[in-house]
Amino acid sequence: MSTQDPVLARLVDRVNGAREHHAPLEIRGGGTKRFLGGLPAGELLDMTDLEGITSYEPTELVVTARAGTRLGDLEAALEEQGQCLPFEPPRFAAGGTLGGMVAAGLSGPARASVGSVRDHVLGVTLLNGRGEVLTFGGQVTKNVAGYDVSRLMVGSLGILGILCEVSLKVLPVSIASATLRFDWDETRALEQLSQWAAQPLPISASAWHADRLHLRLAGARAAVEAACVRLGGERTDPAQARDWWTRVRDQSDDFFSLDDARLARGESLWRLSVPAITGALALPGQQFIEWHGAQRWWKTTADAALVRAAAARAGGHATLIRGADKSHGVFAPLSAVLMRVHHELKQAFDPARIFNPGRLYADL
Amino acid sequence: MRAESQADTSREQRQRDVVAALSQVLPRETILFRHEDTVPFECDALTAYRTSPLVVVLPHTEAQVAAVLKTCHNLGVPVVARGAGTGLSGGATPHRSGVILSLAKFNKILKIDAASCTAIVQCGVRNLAISEAAAAYGLYYAPDPSSQIACTIGGNVAENSGGVHCLKYGLTLHNVLRVRGFMVDGEPVEFGSQALDVPGLDLLSIIVGSEGMLAVTTEVTVKLIPRPLLARCIMASFSDIESAGAAVASVIGQGIIPAGLEMMDRAMTAAVEAFVHADYDLEAAAILLCESDGTPEEVEEEIARMEEVLKAAGASRCEVSRDEAQRLKFWSGRKNAFPASGGISPDYMCMDSTIPRKRLAEMLRAIQQMEVKYHLRCVNVFHAGDGNLHPLILFDAEDADQMRRCELFGADILETSVRLGGTVTGEHGVGVEKLNSMCVQFSPAERAQFLGVKRAFDPLELLNPGKVIPTLHRCAEYGKMHVRRGMLPFPELPRF
Repeated sequence: MSTQDPVLARLVDRVNGAREHHAPLEIRGGGTKRFLGGLPAGELLDMTDLEGITSYEPTELVVTARAGTRLGDLEAALEEQGQCLPFEPPRFAAGGTLGGMVAAGLSGPARASVGSVRDHVLGVTLLNGRGEVLTFGGQVTKNVAGYDVSRLMVGSLGILGILCEVSLKVLPVSIASATLRFDWDETRALEQLSQWAAQPLPISASAWHADRLHLRLAGARAAVEAACVRLGGERTDPAQARDWWTRVRDQSDDFFSLDDARLARGESLWRLSVPAITGALALPGQQFIEWHGAQRWWKTTADAALVRAAAARAGGHATLIRGADKSHGVFAPLSAVLMRVHHELKQAFDPARIFNPGRLYADL
Repeated sequence: MRAESQADTSREQRQRDVVAALSQVLPRETILFRHEDTVPFECDALTAYRTSPLVVVLPHTEAQVAAVLKTCHNLGVPVVARGAGTGLSGGATPHRSGVILSLAKFNKILKIDAASCTAIVQCGVRNLAISEAAAAYGLYYAPDPSSQIACTIGGNVAENSGGVHCLKYGLTLHNVLRVRGFMVDGEPVEFGSQALDVPGLDLLSIIVGSEGMLAVTTEVTVKLIPRPLLARCIMASFSDIESAGAAVASVIGQGIIPAGLEMMDRAMTAAVEAFVHADYDLEAAAILLCESDGTPEEVEEEIARMEEVLKAAGASRCEVSRDEAQRLKFWSGRKNAFPASGGISPDYMCMDSTIPRKRLAEMLRAIQQMEVKYHLRCVNVFHAGDGNLHPLILFDAEDADQMRRCELFGADILETSVRLGGTVTGEHGVGVEKLNSMCVQFSPAERAQFLGVKRAFDPLELLNPGKVIPTLHRCAEYGKMHVRRGMLPFPELPRF
């Protein structure tokens, strides 16, 4: 990526100005995920002008695009070639960008089988707090030259630098898929998912809610058909199945909605990331389970301490996704040693602390 | 002369001090410092670089590792962690004033958990031993570097090791959930978790592949996956390298992700055929090995599609393995590429760059021209599916001029790879071997940012110092030498 690029040059000027005037910036793409993390603060830095696919060669399974590229445009270009972002990033609303997807680091239903956003990032060009344009990683899948800084950016919520360009590994869309339904309670569903995980089955996603398990199979036609026969259950109509997985992916299903009235009543949406084999968690409220048990959404009035303790006991952590009260922090607290490393990394990338202050942790 | 002997005296004094301090925290028999005892630790598998370490320690508990680190930190002594010493880039080359922290005694598999499809192992457990232990549950650990009989999981974490199956199953990074270990000052730390993600920054991403420069790993939790019910392999011959390169692109372009996709050129094929007698096609300009694994239904469907694509791409011969014995025979040559090269030349230098797949044929042609330019032979074996090249430059290390030409040849391959949009190392790491090439691939500001990351974990730069990140001075010198070298032999030959 050339620093001669006028859009990039303007960004460099903004960063240098912000540093000189100690005026923090809120880096924003489509603004579809502003509800995530600590409250956004700082002068708006709109990234949507830095857009466009730089290179895409389907036979390389790699796409490179500028960070302000709309996710919708990117996915449409991939779809034309029969390829996709295999980790199914949640879109929440139209208009989200590639940079926002990487900075948020969220993956969708297929995460447990194909890996996360992090696993598919091959390289980034970023702008650090000193106004330097730096490129790490590249456009090839195997690359161990230097530390893997590009993957460190995934889920960093923009606190280390401004993403300018990203290269991603993409995959062909599965030849065949099918969705099966099982009317099972939580315990039965979790047990069965755990057993299936240890077998060579083409399972690509699972979602359990309100005593019903939805299981998506994907892969070679013969493998999907053989698995359908073997697993039983009731087959969902393909159009309905597509609609269902989109609602899960984008969190547009009713379960995920929290209107102002519910927020006012103290209800929050929590994401618990725990080892998949964790048994049923005892919290008040409603639950939605994904990733074969590794991701559990709770809509609950339980206080932060209770939710975090439940996740920690299982060996995982809890994140407050939507809620009126973020005073107890959004992300689970870190050990002293990890927090120290976070501070030092912030210092190394953004010494003047101008990028997205407080978005990840209050004092970063 | 006098300055030298003074240096020797002060080194001896330093050694005595460090041994005395370590003796406070370690049993005496786990501390080695006499020259004859430390010789085996002077190099890893990059044997051309040798350094005598000040002291070698072989702790067997985590408490001892913490104590060693704390002691060295207090004294300002560099620490180089070492697993099996199979690394090819000198990541475990000792520091002359430092301690080698051998983790060989951390060789226990702590838990194979079939329910969660994970294994918890100590860092010194061999890669293959994990899959052997998991076999009883129908599971295995996917990354399979060719040194997997000997290399340790701790070393795999340090190098982010790959293997022939990583196109489909990912690198070490994609198969490790959690790393437990110690910071440079001996403080315990964990990166990652048993869950699929952690709060805050994804530090596991930066620990994996950090070549022992950010923290010391003592325990690793890895993902295990169900062993495929069946694997079959196609051996396809091509009469020119262009069509072999194009075939690789076609397979991927048709939406097929093979379990393995490897290429060997004619010279390599001849060398391995003499070594393993696997009935390779010696007439072919290039051979592709293309593997499918999964359920029998999946494999049957995929092999048929692969065969169709390879034939359409111009394969002159296509043979599908009938059974497991034949599949292993197909692979035997590929897996013995390095020893076979040892059989046709006194020495060889193995390169490890990665390029975009579509440039494979172009790269092979460039290497052929370099063979003329540097008057040395080169045989080629590629992880074609992910564009990772292992050209083996044949030379005789006894001949100083050949050695010099070989180094130039290697540097030329790496620089050509960067120019073609690739990287100087795909899976072997930078270590000390590719420090100069890092000057080519990264700008001063990028290298300074790497150093910033290093100091965020290790402010005094005591963990494996001098690896991966070249100094500004070194890059300046390399830049100068480069211009000079460009003028050296055969200036009449075109550069490309």
